[in-house]
Amino acid sequence: MADPYTTLGVPRDASQDAIRDAYRKLAKQHHPDLNPGNAKAEETFKAVSAANSILSDPEKRGKFDRGEIDASGQEQTPRESYRNHAEGGSGRRYSRTGPQSGGWSDTDFGDIFNSVFGEGQQADDKRPIQGRDEHYALSTAFLDAVNGAMRRLTLPDGRTLEVKIPPGTADGQVLRLRGLGGPGRNGAPAGDALIEVHVVEHRHFHRDGQDIRLALPVTLAEAVVGGDVEVPTPGGLVSMRVPPHADSGTELRLRGRGVPAHDGLAAGDLYAKLNVVLGAPDEALEEFLRNWKPKNPIDPRQAMREQP
Amino acid sequence: MIGIDVVIARISGLKRQDLERWISNAWVRPDRSADGYVFREIDLARARLILEMRDEMEINEDALPVVLSLLDQLYDLRRQMRDLNSAFLHVVPADVRQDLATHLATHSR
Repeated sequence: MADPYTTLGVPRDASQDAIRDAYRKLAKQHHPDLNPGNAKAEETFKAVSAANSILSDPEKRGKFDRGEIDASGQEQTPRESYRNHAEGGSGRRYSRTGPQSGGWSDTDFGDIFNSVFGEGQQADDKRPIQGRDEHYALSTAFLDAVNGAMRRLTLPDGRTLEVKIPPGTADGQVLRLRGLGGPGRNGAPAGDALIEVHVVEHRHFHRDGQDIRLALPVTLAEAVVGGDVEVPTPGGLVSMRVPPHADSGTELRLRGRGVPAHDGLAAGDLYAKLNVVLGAPDEALEEFLRNWKPKNPIDPRQAMREQP
Repeated sequence: MIGIDVVIARISGLKRQDLERWISNAWVRPDRSADGYVFREIDLARARLILEMRDEMEINEDALPVVLSLLDQLYDLRRQMRDLNSAFLHVVPADVRQDLATHLATHSR
């Protein structure tokens, strides 16, 4: 680990202002997000940051000067780097050509290979060129995606789009709004607006194709004796009969209460998996259990022992 | 789900009004939901980078759009290079790739 004064290129008696200026100058030059793929810049930047974290803090600088900490003593934790995101698929979010294009279009190929082979052709400016498809992302609540909803999307240029989220929309589904993309040139039609829907997970419901799964808390009495309970479904509360002798893990089906019918698919079912909740201890129950001699004793951990 | 409060809490030194201005400038582009903005990790990293460029590198906000536009073009190109590279690996036979590498090494200056 090099001497931090050497790393920043400042004398040992440099003022705090001089240290800050030296750091800023080097950070501009070597910031890894501005030098992607340059491992040397990244190393240098790490060293510069570590040196700055010691020397920019008069207290740490004093400790270093007195030999109480060494130059490696204050190394920074790894930085969350923009370029790791930007270079991966997720970086398409900030692509100049739209978040979903994959970065490639026919014209890109033309550009690259024209420049590679030195055969650039001037595009004919009179040709009608269809407008570009424009890509947007829209987050939506789980229930809005399942039941369908109208949403307003404000675009970066200030326009607003009314987006109809059809019932049964799945996470990652792309909605196409014809003619609402970039304008066409020389009389050609406009492109489309393509909206990728991101469905935010629901606290209780989990989607499984057309079906919806749900963990349903029930009391001990409801599980053992049975009874009517109210079950939340995407369409609202529905009453369901819990049969007697149910147990934690018992799965009950509410036919047709899953994702509503859409696009030729029949409505799905809702599966409620019971989860027995004991609640606060009760003296009578405690007393009963102490004296209880089950007629058919069970060993719930038998399978675990036989197949560890 | 990362909302605007989480972003402000996670990036020290970031002020809400700054982030809101960057969003309205489309420098940071979170999704929108009924409850407000929804950020992904890349949006956080980008906001942090913008803050560093402005405060530590003293690139003022008038100059930032130029820098961001160049950065976005750079990363577009790097993704294209990466795609091209992986397409070559899948499509081009090994001996042709070897010839290409040799040719590039000897003719690229």
